[in-house]
Amino acid sequence: MELFRIKHDIPFMSYGRLTTSISLVTFILAIFFLATKGLNFGVDFTGGTVMEVAYPHPADITKIRKSMDSIGLNEASVQNFGTSHDVLIRLPVKKGVTSAKLSESVLTALKKDDDAVTMRRIEFVGPQVGEELYDNGAMALLLVSLGIMGYLALRFEWRFAVSAIIANMHDVVIILGFFAFFQWEFNLTVLAAVLAVLGYSVNESVVVFDRVRENFRKMRKASVAEIIDNAITRTMSRTIITHAMTQTMVLSMLFFGGEVLHNFALALTIGILFGIYSSVLVASPIVMWLGISRDDLVKVEKKEAADATP
Amino acid sequence: MNRYPLWKYIFIAVALLLGGLYSLPNLFGESPAIQITTAKSAGNVDPALMGEVESLLKQEKLAYETIALEKNSIKVRFSDPDTQIKAKDLVANKLGSGYVVALNLLSRSPAWLQGIGALPMYLGLDLRGGVHFLLQVDMKAAIDKAVERYSGDIRSVLREKRIAYNGVSREGQSVQVKFKDAAELAKAENEIGKNFPDLTVKEAEGSNGDKLLVATLGLQAQKRIQDFALKQNITTLHNRVNELGVAEPIIQQQGLDRIVVQLPGVQDTAKAKEILGRTATLEIRLVDEDHPIPATKNDPVPFGDELYIERNGIPVLVKKQVVLTGEYITDASPGIEQQTGQSAVHVNLDGRGARIFKQVTRENVGKRMAILLVEKGLTEVITAPVIREEIGGGRVQITGMKNVQEATDVSLLLRAGALAAPMDIVEERTVGPSMGEENIKRGVHSTLWGFTAIAIMMILYYLVMGGISVLALGVNLLLLVAVLSLLQATLTLPGLAAIALTLGMAIDANVLINERIREELRNGNSPQAAIHAGYDRAFDTILDSNVTTLIVGIMLFSFGSGPVRGFAIVHVLGILTSMFSAVLVSRGIVNLVYGHRRKLTHVAIG
Repeated sequence: MELFRIKHDIPFMSYGRLTTSISLVTFILAIFFLATKGLNFGVDFTGGTVMEVAYPHPADITKIRKSMDSIGLNEASVQNFGTSHDVLIRLPVKKGVTSAKLSESVLTALKKDDDAVTMRRIEFVGPQVGEELYDNGAMALLLVSLGIMGYLALRFEWRFAVSAIIANMHDVVIILGFFAFFQWEFNLTVLAAVLAVLGYSVNESVVVFDRVRENFRKMRKASVAEIIDNAITRTMSRTIITHAMTQTMVLSMLFFGGEVLHNFALALTIGILFGIYSSVLVASPIVMWLGISRDDLVKVEKKEAADATP
Repeated sequence: MNRYPLWKYIFIAVALLLGGLYSLPNLFGESPAIQITTAKSAGNVDPALMGEVESLLKQEKLAYETIALEKNSIKVRFSDPDTQIKAKDLVANKLGSGYVVALNLLSRSPAWLQGIGALPMYLGLDLRGGVHFLLQVDMKAAIDKAVERYSGDIRSVLREKRIAYNGVSREGQSVQVKFKDAAELAKAENEIGKNFPDLTVKEAEGSNGDKLLVATLGLQAQKRIQDFALKQNITTLHNRVNELGVAEPIIQQQGLDRIVVQLPGVQDTAKAKEILGRTATLEIRLVDEDHPIPATKNDPVPFGDELYIERNGIPVLVKKQVVLTGEYITDASPGIEQQTGQSAVHVNLDGRGARIFKQVTRENVGKRMAILLVEKGLTEVITAPVIREEIGGGRVQITGMKNVQEATDVSLLLRAGALAAPMDIVEERTVGPSMGEENIKRGVHSTLWGFTAIAIMMILYYLVMGGISVLALGVNLLLLVAVLSLLQATLTLPGLAAIALTLGMAIDANVLINERIREELRNGNSPQAAIHAGYDRAFDTILDSNVTTLIVGIMLFSFGSGPVRGFAIVHVLGILTSMFSAVLVSRGIVNLVYGHRRKLTHVAIG
């Protein structure tokens, strides 16, 4: 089976303005939602307590809320989680009360109402730790970007590095925009997914850039736009097949991974979809506009050729 | 052109064999078990004890699978968790406090596998259930306490040297001494400098014209106090966790002032929290030797005394009046007594403690003194040695230890009875056991279904070459599991997600290769040449894209915490194994299938 037998190169670069403006609009929308709605940070970053409890029968949320009020925790948010049997209780940070006592008192109160309740998990993060996790996350994002740029600048050329990072940061911002718009919870696992997307999406750019470099060597008479068009067209089949495979795996996680992996898989799904788009239709036009030319890459080529011939 | 030298095939075969061998233990699963160790590091478990446990279990008709004596522990396996818990309660009750009986999960893999170090993957708390605490040591309190102690010490030195002062007080983290007379101040400054090298002394002017000496702790001394506080808290936590009966607790320093405590498999989290938060104190009291020890339990205990059983089982009458508390102890270490060569414990007291101790020992030569550990209203006499002579200078030697091991234990207890500084739980992650099992199931299911779907799609799209890619992907999974088992890296739910995602991304290398081969074929190359060129040309791209992913993985590992880290380590290892399997192994299979055909006219690549 072969789905992508494309005879002529598709003139992607002539749509460059269109594709990048679409990106720009999505990007601005994402920034807008991030600014207005903000991310719904999970307990990892804000600090506080999350408890998951399970009942053998559908849980009575109102009753649970009442018993939370009865022990003075009226700021508690109580909601179903996954199934009607599972309940998620969120408690904000409370000064002077240790997490140990807080979660124990909640559990005792729930047990008094219904002895069948079981504790599934408790997560407590102190406000200071939350802040540190936030800082570390931002630090990781920054260093990952710098590391990737450094490698690409070394292996290719600074123009490739800059355009790859622009394209990929744009993916990250769009994922964050989705999380802000839908107010999905953003926790450490989602952060891991976002950073993984950064690496994944750079992969995409690298595959196209590799072809561009190869084409500069082979297609001596072609213009830059033609070279890039050819590179994209010829990697297209691979791009789509690979993404389909990765997306299959991620969908499997989305369906079978349960609540904990749900947002992780969601972030990856958005990242993969926009990753294809941005690495092909954003990174490449930017490389072109940054003024890449044969000389930038062929210099290296000449040296290599000189080394190769005895 | 598409043939590997023999050594490459052998290399691949060995890698596959090792991969298979080391991932094998994961298939056997784990059986519930109890693990019996001694509470003291001194004692040993021996065959006699094993016999005792065996007959106990038989008596109560609790069926066990195997019982084995290992280095420092006896391990008994059961077929189901119910029997395991019953057996634990039974054995713990019968053996008493001298032993720690912990619930554990033991791999069912055969002994020869364990012999070559093949163990199942080490599951994190979110997969096996348990408690994770991050505790913050209050270092300010530790310094405050030290400064408080110094102010007492300075007071007693000044008194001893008959230097006239107007008052000693702790102001924040410094000690202030007031003087009327400049000459006395100079004398005091000299004495303090001589006696307390850790303190930096400065002259200052008080608010109402007083002459002041301000003593502050040097940076090095502060650091030492903080280190000591952290170490002592860790030791204390270790002792407490032992009581809980946790099979593989992890108690580690994290950063400068934090301690991580991980208790896998703990079900009673409330009890765990309570025990970790407990405060214990140490007391030194005199033994009452004027009164006879009451013969039976019902006889009255003399007024002002308390009756305790010493650790060796001998009852002892101890006066209620407390001579010293553990706060005065600055350090305790095992050692050897100079004259007799017997094992002993060296205890260092601070200035105030030394003064009290000197006076008490002078007045009680020849009598016994008891050292007690008070914990939650329970008091235990650790040891009750005889006072041989007056002891000054704050260095106390407790003799009468049976051996070096006991000396070590006692010094540990003296040091670790109490926390050096208060601690707060700043992070807690508790996962119930049922949740852990479910998480494993979810992770495994996502990987399995994803893998199956990819396999079907690859074979449909690339036919034989697709099948080879899937084989290579399977090898990748095998090797990844083997490496994770071998390194015993902690596998968490995000780690399981990383396995799935890595597989989904690793297939990229094979897609790249297959697409390249198709392209070469389309350009009119012969099948053999196309395969060769396909692998060759795709390699550069694969390398570049994997290095960038590797950079991401390493950064995540270094700066991430918790789930991010668990994800990163699997991701990085997965990239490395995928480079091997996607390039070397798949090429090896292709070479085996196609490489030896001289007149290859067709490659089944769809």
